[in-house]
Amino acid sequence: MAYKIVGSQCTNCTACEALCPNLAISEAKGTFVIDPAKCTECIGHFDTPQCVAICPVDETCVLDTAYPRYVA
Amino acid sequence: MTEAMFEDSHSNGSDDSAVDIADVMQKMAEHKGCGTEGGSGKASCGSSGGPEDMPTEIWEKVKNHPCYSEEAHHHYARMHVAVAPACNIQCNYCNRKYDCANESRPGVVSERLTPEQASKKVLAVASTIPQMTVLGIAGPGDPLANPGKTFETFRLISEVAPDIKLCLSTNGLALPDWVDEIAKYKVDHVTITINMIDPEVGQHIYPWIFWENKRLQGYEAAKILTERQLLGLEMLTERGILAKINSVMIPGINDRHLIEVNKAVKSRGAFLHNIMPLISAPEHGTVFGLNGQRGPTAQELKALQDDCEGDMNMMRHCRQCRADAVGLLGEDRSAEFTTDKIMAMEVNYDSAGRKAYQEAVEAERQAKVAAKKDELDGLELAGDMKLLVAVATKGHGIINEHFGHAKEFQIYELSQTGAKFVGHRRVDLYCQGGYGEEDALDTVIKAINDCHAVFVAKIGGCPKSDLQAAGIEPVDQYAHEFIEKSALVWFKDYLAKIEAGEIVHSDRGDAAIRQGALLSQAS
Repeated sequence: MAYKIVGSQCTNCTACEALCPNLAISEAKGTFVIDPAKCTECIGHFDTPQCVAICPVDETCVLDTAYPRYVA
Repeated sequence: MTEAMFEDSHSNGSDDSAVDIADVMQKMAEHKGCGTEGGSGKASCGSSGGPEDMPTEIWEKVKNHPCYSEEAHHHYARMHVAVAPACNIQCNYCNRKYDCANESRPGVVSERLTPEQASKKVLAVASTIPQMTVLGIAGPGDPLANPGKTFETFRLISEVAPDIKLCLSTNGLALPDWVDEIAKYKVDHVTITINMIDPEVGQHIYPWIFWENKRLQGYEAAKILTERQLLGLEMLTERGILAKINSVMIPGINDRHLIEVNKAVKSRGAFLHNIMPLISAPEHGTVFGLNGQRGPTAQELKALQDDCEGDMNMMRHCRQCRADAVGLLGEDRSAEFTTDKIMAMEVNYDSAGRKAYQEAVEAERQAKVAAKKDELDGLELAGDMKLLVAVATKGHGIINEHFGHAKEFQIYELSQTGAKFVGHRRVDLYCQGGYGEEDALDTVIKAINDCHAVFVAKIGGCPKSDLQAAGIEPVDQYAHEFIEKSALVWFKDYLAKIEAGEIVHSDRGDAAIRQGALLSQAS
């Protein structure tokens, strides 16, 4: 699965964008979005997904169940 | 994106700018005896000290900085540019989701700017407000969690407006990694928010920090944060960069502990300590707001500031600005300088005009100090008596505001040693959780209830009698005169009346520190 950002909760603080090891996060239509094709759930890079760890609003960067879990 | 966020990629490079820490500490120590303005007795140290009170190089740094000098804040303006939205820690008094254009508190901002937009905005404001001398980056997140944007902004501004002082305000977590970069851009004022030096206390204030690519919580998080903050402070002191420490007073959590914080930062060379009241209303959506954590009363805050004062400079004129505030402390003209308006503005940066204006301000300041000195004789009658008075002012150290127009009152403590600025009280109309406005006059009386008198340029008949009924004397005969001089003249008259048996002196009660959002931007 890839992570996704719940747009209605996002504060546009930009913190996740700079941390993403896959450059999967970008600004679009007043919020930030994760490109599911690039997201690796940070597997192989870090112990925890960076966007989840830095996000100031709980339950905003969440797993997108529309995609299968990422396999390294 | 070139931001190497939160990585220890910046090793400590050259020591060219380093100065001997012992030398700096010595200068700080010499400075701490301040408050003897030509024999006037103790003033609010440092924050209101004048050129006689400190080494020339420190005076040159603080004299035009409204946050670092209480004296300066009557005359000079600052602006914040909101180029730093990301943050690397979470505080229980902050909720980044809440953003209201009518609200004035830290961490809140309406527009996010690019470094280029920020630079244009600084020029636009500096051209419109000649007393704007300081540019700060304070968020709405943490400047050092956005180092690329923060330092690019400083670089652009130092190219186009080299006379403007640069400062930043940080939580300190990333500070040790960036001290040399801060020195490189000649940022000579740095504020660190330090709410604790004991992780046992800190775990109740900080739910988490982002550290080495992980979210850490509880004691462990607070321990790293305090270590980084104190290391960063020491590194600033070594480089001769003035450090101000902000602390949020949270009753029951860190209130008495802040005395220990005060000692710790003092011993590491901090220039100024600013203890601020917690702002927590439920509608802000912060953890503290939702938990019903209260802020301190006016007298609780003042008592803690007095306890910490000793030989440390205490800042008492902080207005807890928004991250995009513009203007004199206590006013916010940011609505005049939105991105759309700035981009449409023809900007002509007039260095000579700004210099001339600032020279006139200097002359005005000196006149004010001279006027105060003349009134220092004859205060012996006061004995141990200390009392507070409120002043309606629009700035310049003059009683020049109508009672009914005042959005805040400045508070002076009068005693045998003179008139000392000890704080301010906001009295704007506030929205209280959406329940509408309460009676404006009642709001004012609650906010200055611990004062014996209120000095105004003008006041109507009705509020006058209501104030008198509440035991606060309305004083309007010193309209458009210097605050401190007038307050001392009134005080001597008050003492004479007691001596003559015309009045009986009694103590006043406590006052409320207003919480919640501003309703009226500008009247």
